[in-house]
Amino acid sequence: MGIETHLGNNVLTTSLEKLVNWARRSSLWPAGFGLACCALEMIVTAAARYDLARFGMEVFRPSPRQADLMIVAGTVTKKMLPAVVRIYEQMPEPKWVIAMGACASTGGIFDTYATVQGIDQYLPVDVYIPGCPPRPEALIYGILKLHEKISKEKLTER
Amino acid sequence: MDLDGLVSKVKENFPESILDASTFRGEVTLHLRAQDLLPICRFLHDDRELSYDYLTDLCGVDYYPQEPRFQVSYHLRAMRTRHQLRLKVSLPGVNPRVASVVSVWKGANWLEREAFDMFGITFDGHPDLRRILLTPDWEGHPLRKDYPLRGQIKAAGEEE
Amino acid sequence: MAKTETMIINMGPQHPSTHGVLRVILELDGEVAVNAIPDIGFLHRGLEKLAESKTYHQCIPLTDRLDYVAGMSNNLAYVLAVEKLLEIEVPPRAQAIRVLLCELQRIASHLFWLGTHAHDIGAMTPLFYSLRERDEILFLFEMVCGSRLTPSYFRVGGLAEDLPHGFEAQCREFIKTFPSRVDEYETLLTMNKIWMRRTQGVGVISAEEAINWSLSGPILRASNVNWDIRKAMPYSGYDNYEFIVPTGKNGDVYDRYLVRLMEMRQSNEIVRQVLAKMPAGEVRAENPKVVYPPREKVQESIEALIHHFHIASEGFPAPQGEVYTSIESPKGELGFYLISDGSSKPWRFRVRPPSFVNLGALPRLVKGMLIADVVAIIGSIDIVLAEVDR
Repeated sequence: MGIETHLGNNVLTTSLEKLVNWARRSSLWPAGFGLACCALEMIVTAAARYDLARFGMEVFRPSPRQADLMIVAGTVTKKMLPAVVRIYEQMPEPKWVIAMGACASTGGIFDTYATVQGIDQYLPVDVYIPGCPPRPEALIYGILKLHEKISKEKLTER
Repeated sequence: MDLDGLVSKVKENFPESILDASTFRGEVTLHLRAQDLLPICRFLHDDRELSYDYLTDLCGVDYYPQEPRFQVSYHLRAMRTRHQLRLKVSLPGVNPRVASVVSVWKGANWLEREAFDMFGITFDGHPDLRRILLTPDWEGHPLRKDYPLRGQIKAAGEEE
Repeated sequence: MAKTETMIINMGPQHPSTHGVLRVILELDGEVAVNAIPDIGFLHRGLEKLAESKTYHQCIPLTDRLDYVAGMSNNLAYVLAVEKLLEIEVPPRAQAIRVLLCELQRIASHLFWLGTHAHDIGAMTPLFYSLRERDEILFLFEMVCGSRLTPSYFRVGGLAEDLPHGFEAQCREFIKTFPSRVDEYETLLTMNKIWMRRTQGVGVISAEEAINWSLSGPILRASNVNWDIRKAMPYSGYDNYEFIVPTGKNGDVYDRYLVRLMEMRQSNEIVRQVLAKMPAGEVRAENPKVVYPPREKVQESIEALIHHFHIASEGFPAPQGEVYTSIESPKGELGFYLISDGSSKPWRFRVRPPSFVNLGALPRLVKGMLIADVVAIIGSIDIVLAEVDR
């Protein structure tokens, strides 16, 4: 965030952009935010067989203030919604959101009085990963897509 | 103890209370008068021979639009003899109240709170009767048959 | 005289040690927890109401998502309840396969519990080891039904399909190596002085109180109550297999750990016996109006096609009445109370959730314990929030 304010609008930022984007995408630290069943597949992805650490996500930070990625894994209910939004707001910029699973993307099979029909009604989602629950490989694919998205970001947009 | 033995033992002490006694798929069900629920539960718990010391489950049922509308089902078990029993009480649709059995089985605490939350049934004598699964300001009782599945649309500006 | 006040702090709903979205309001007097009041409902999705609008077969995938760590057990409890209501006899091979998969599921659930419970208390290594074994079991499940976590493999009247080729061989491989893996976990934890100091004498509950609080599962057995539904009220052919039900002596967190470890070994033994005694035969009962016909028949016979269409689109009417069936799931007594009004959809679909009832005793277990013990106790109850909140 600090870089953009120093540069203003009149400096060529291409190589700097590449460097900054490379740094940001290679060490995305997720905030541990497992809500329901998808959380199990997220934990398994972080464990030894699928190993998220080789993509730079070394640790799942318990505190949102030290994280830059929020993987919403599981159903968001109306009671939980204020907590989700508050944790998103507690994360410092730059931050990204992955909606993992059918429930986080659109409400899933729970079209009921108590469920939020998709977290994208309240948060800006960058990548949606369908599945109920998505396999660990699907989660890794979604994360790699997010890496691609980050590498295309312009410094002046963030 | 089979159904007849159980019914006669309960009838000895509470002659007017059993409205119906039946077996279905091997399960014994006693339909009781609502005001006698707590003394009968205590009797079933304390009696040496019956000793129903384990409350397996407690839940509400809504039979809308029939009257009496609500029903609370209690599933009891005697650990020693492995006998199981179901008690039912019927409650009216307007202001349904029944005595709380927390003083007999402590496990009833959260189960009764859930029946209150989902159906609006009040349990007299419960130490802490408030909503347990929904937010405290939620309006309505979702498991009632006249509550829509997708929820009630609130005032304009708030989504469903 | 100095005036002292207790401090109220909030734990959760986003917290690494609460195993999901659980919020506990702790009232502390220094380090001692005077009271711990759980605030639940953050994962209440309205499942019971949703099931009232689905046919009996359509409810099976809903049950997967209850206790998501042990999907097969939920499926089994539900289809047993429907089969009791409809008075359907399931053939022996289907019963044996159900026992096999549910015991594998019990091992998988306890493995996940072990990893996360140890992680909460500070032992971070067992998590990677136990997830390694759990992945092998999930591979077996994927071979059987295509899904790791949400199987929906059981049907009313039997199974969706028979076991695939290669399953039995891989399963035998697994059970051969598994006991040595449990030995590995034991070397890491059982005689570990730190583990023993953190778990012995913590969260004690006596047998009479445990019964009065309606606890069930390993937490009840650790308080020296020999109650296991698989032995007391056998279902699905469990009385054909020999196994021990482990009980603890003191009812503390350490005993619950030992009980679950022993249960994993016993489940391995049951799987071995099932594989040795597996009967041949059909995996579906004969009841064309209720039980899905096999795929091959649907493509050849017009009646089978019509039945399949009927069952899938409209369901089958169930006789009027109510049933309650329960099984010994890895978390405790999981029961389903179904009330049918004669139509093809349940009138009342009540889940008797073991985690919900066990968690209700948390204030009683935490009294007088230190704040670090609260985490150990919550882990030892072994809750799954989707089952607590439904």
